[in-house]
Amino acid sequence: MTEKGQTSIGTEERVLMCGNEALAEAAILAGCDAYFGYPITPQNEIPAYMSRRMPEEGRVFVQSESELAAINMVFGASATGKRAMTSSSSPGISLMQEGISYLAGAELPAVVVNVMRGGPGLGNIAPSQSDYFQATRGGGHGDYRTIVFGPSSVQEMADCMSLAFELADKYRMTAMILADGFLGQMMEPVVLKKRPSPELPPKDWALTGAKDREQNIVRSLWLGEGVLEDLNFKLDDKYKQIQKNEVLCEQYEVDDAEIIVVAYGIAARIVSGAVTRAREEGIKVGWIRPVTLWPFPTEQISKAADEFRLFLTVEMSTGQMVEDVKLAVAGKAPVVFYGRPGGGVPTVDEILDKIRQLTIRHKTQDSRLKTQDKR
Amino acid sequence: MKTVFQRTPTLKDCPTHYCPGCGHGIAHRLIAEVIDELGIRGSTIGIAPVGCAVLEYDYIDVDMIEVAHGRAPAVATGMKRTNPDKIIFSYQGDGDLASIGAGEILHAGHRGEQITVIFINNAVFGMTGGQMAPTTMADQITATTPKGRNVAEEGYPLCVSELLAVLPGVTYIERCALSTPANIRKAKKALKHAFELQINKAHGLSLVELLSSCPTYWRMSPPDATKWIDNKMTKVFPLGRLKG
Repeated sequence: MTEKGQTSIGTEERVLMCGNEALAEAAILAGCDAYFGYPITPQNEIPAYMSRRMPEEGRVFVQSESELAAINMVFGASATGKRAMTSSSSPGISLMQEGISYLAGAELPAVVVNVMRGGPGLGNIAPSQSDYFQATRGGGHGDYRTIVFGPSSVQEMADCMSLAFELADKYRMTAMILADGFLGQMMEPVVLKKRPSPELPPKDWALTGAKDREQNIVRSLWLGEGVLEDLNFKLDDKYKQIQKNEVLCEQYEVDDAEIIVVAYGIAARIVSGAVTRAREEGIKVGWIRPVTLWPFPTEQISKAADEFRLFLTVEMSTGQMVEDVKLAVAGKAPVVFYGRPGGGVPTVDEILDKIRQLTIRHKTQDSRLKTQDKR
Repeated sequence: MKTVFQRTPTLKDCPTHYCPGCGHGIAHRLIAEVIDELGIRGSTIGIAPVGCAVLEYDYIDVDMIEVAHGRAPAVATGMKRTNPDKIIFSYQGDGDLASIGAGEILHAGHRGEQITVIFINNAVFGMTGGQMAPTTMADQITATTPKGRNVAEEGYPLCVSELLAVLPGVTYIERCALSTPANIRKAKKALKHAFELQINKAHGLSLVELLSSCPTYWRMSPPDATKWIDNKMTKVFPLGRLKG
């Protein structure tokens, strides 16, 4: 399948691939000109795949000396107008934060993949979701955001990739795929096809040599009084546009639900199994799955909280996205958290038990509220 | 009247922000002249460092990028690999190249990246206030070596060019001084050669180290500073072609 000319890629045919390889091939289909990266588990399939496929396509692959160098190679390629990406896992992404901040300041497009593992520190190499804060809050220094996708299947790993390149170019910023070791390693059937690209703004800012034109400068240093403040407000306007236009989320059985489970990535796959079984038991439960983690589906969750409901957030961390859920719910309903950090993966039974416990609690609270209303 | 000298077009006509006697202005002029003489303005991309020369794009009229401290060789790699027909140069000080960016320059040379590096060695961190650099001379007084650099604790001046010269991926290294008119002419020749190697797609990295004065943080007059380059610095950093 990976031999050139014998591939099902680009056709409608389903192929069996691991998440890391599907994502890598999707990047090639999305027109990625250059890949730069440094080895780290559990994402090593990506550079290995790219080292073979990128030269086949006449494109650039460089194994960098560090993650610092990798993100700066992306910075350089992107500044010349090329589509560039890197991938890493949690500790490596920490090292890249300097470069990601500079990309934000210089308004350069880039795609960064974080196949998360347990932390802090060297942590372990098991799947985790503990980099949510780092990814959705910017991560590096300064006032900025990155677009963050939280795919939950191999197919979505691939689909998010082309969208990431598109939005990175459209808004001139970093788009990040926040996957985890589970998604990266597991194999599922996937259809890899080229996504039709919408018209994007021309890269007239790119450094291509100042032939018959004035020089272009790509910079993030603004010393003049008020100049940086203006840039910060300009970036903020851009981020507000993205929050308005680019939210992606999936909802299931929410309309009559008394309990809504919020989860993303691989945790959402497990949640969906638990919710199906809970429904079979007659429990009115549904789920909301943010696909973009930033911009966060605040409105969708806020709307769901307008009906009196109970929210359960499930994450493979000690509780990070739950803060965004609480901000969206804004005190309108209780928000409960269940998490397994450090490489722990919750089982369907664990989540089902939690849902059952909450059903009892929800009924008690509901009757208390009704009693209060009567008073 | 016959014009015997004029500002080269790629050097912008603007007031300088550099201190009196600083070597950056000379280096900028030489680079601009070489770019014009080689006719490569339309295909050149420059990389400005973090340091006093961060605003280099205000003086040299080519496409330029400003990058994080020390990362220029990595940025140059990303540019050159995706644009093999463009001429890519980085301009880096001793704090940038020899300290925080030691890893990036070593590995760009190690990989044999086809880029040109201009390394300004003035033995101090200029922009942050004259702190010790890896290239600071023994016993030299700086903001962070108030009693002079103690080599027993702070190490000897780091000769990066000599270290890089042993790498097979490095094609050409020459050390020059921006001290006297004769030395400045030699520096221009070296810069031109480094760019020519890249234009001719010679394998590997070319680097020109320029010993440059910083009268402000050497606490000297500009004439004394140029004498200090020739009398002191060249003893530790000998001039000449180290490779190629």
